[in-house]
Amino acid sequence: MSDQMLTVLVWRGTADKGRYIEYKVRGLENHTVLDVVTYIQRYLEPTLSYRFSCRVGMCGSCAMTVNGKPRWTCRSSVSKVAPGGKLKIAPLRSMKIIKDLSVEMSEFFDKLARAEGRFHPTSNRQNDFNHVKPDSVKRRLASDGIECIGCGICYASCDLVAWKSNYLGPAALNRAWTLVNDVRDGAHRKRLNAVAGDAGCHACHSQQGCVESCPKNLNPTASIAGLKRVTAIAVLKGELD
Amino acid sequence: MSARHRNYTNYLAFLVHRISGILLALFLPVHFHVLQLALHDARAFDSFAAWAERPMVKFAEGILIVLLAGHLTGGLRLLAIEFLPWHNWQKSIVAITFGCSFAMGLVYLLNVS
Repeated sequence: MSDQMLTVLVWRGTADKGRYIEYKVRGLENHTVLDVVTYIQRYLEPTLSYRFSCRVGMCGSCAMTVNGKPRWTCRSSVSKVAPGGKLKIAPLRSMKIIKDLSVEMSEFFDKLARAEGRFHPTSNRQNDFNHVKPDSVKRRLASDGIECIGCGICYASCDLVAWKSNYLGPAALNRAWTLVNDVRDGAHRKRLNAVAGDAGCHACHSQQGCVESCPKNLNPTASIAGLKRVTAIAVLKGELD
Repeated sequence: MSARHRNYTNYLAFLVHRISGILLALFLPVHFHVLQLALHDARAFDSFAAWAERPMVKFAEGILIVLLAGHLTGGLRLLAIEFLPWHNWQKSIVAITFGCSFAMGLVYLLNVS
């Protein structure tokens, strides 16, 4: 895409009251979607609310829905996501809109806590280091999901989250799976109980939207499948409450 | 949000599994009704069997076989995802399930034609 005028539709307002407003922005070859949103806020619409921080794909705070798909706007080149020069930018799905493109993420992070996404140490500074072999099966399973930065892209792309509001979601369950495989953690049974309920791993339909959309190329569906296996075995052994 | 975030192979497999399940659930009462005709009303059953010999009905039966096979292979695909170690060739698995389903329908239609 050479330099061209972009037609940008941006969601303005809240979930209850709002609409798309059209802006014309001159797009450059190397523009990202975040550049376009920033241009609109700086020069066309100073009251536009949106969220960003690092601008280099490390923090995940600039996630929005771009032309129907949840994306990191800072890592989405306009020439790739809108080759026709038309952009439609909306807030992330399944999250309450605060204003314009900013969403309330409390529920998303509360679900990480509800899935026992917190590390429960079994030793303290007086103990020797835990020795975890890098090539051990559990270490490798944990490593596969450990790079999640909690941007909410998988959560917004998941139909189950949209259909079943109390479903914990792919990010929380992926986090739980990494801790299930952390041999240093001491809350194994508590965590399995947290993820085995109606709103937990067994609610997942394996649609794999989270896998398709994850900007870090993680695989929450594989993590959730692992939780399904572990909880099923725990039930057979009578280990769940 | 538009449906663009659902534009990928595994979502299509999910839709086929879900829709074939609903259609098979709608078919089952009809199936049981015909079975009870065979037990209690031979004349009505013979009349139905004659009607079922029509080409369009045979073709519809072929579609039914595809639905049944699609639901079966889709279910096996889900069991593989959830109980076997993860494989990254998910699109190939979907292609195999669709291929098997259409092959079963084709075999049925070739046998009745």
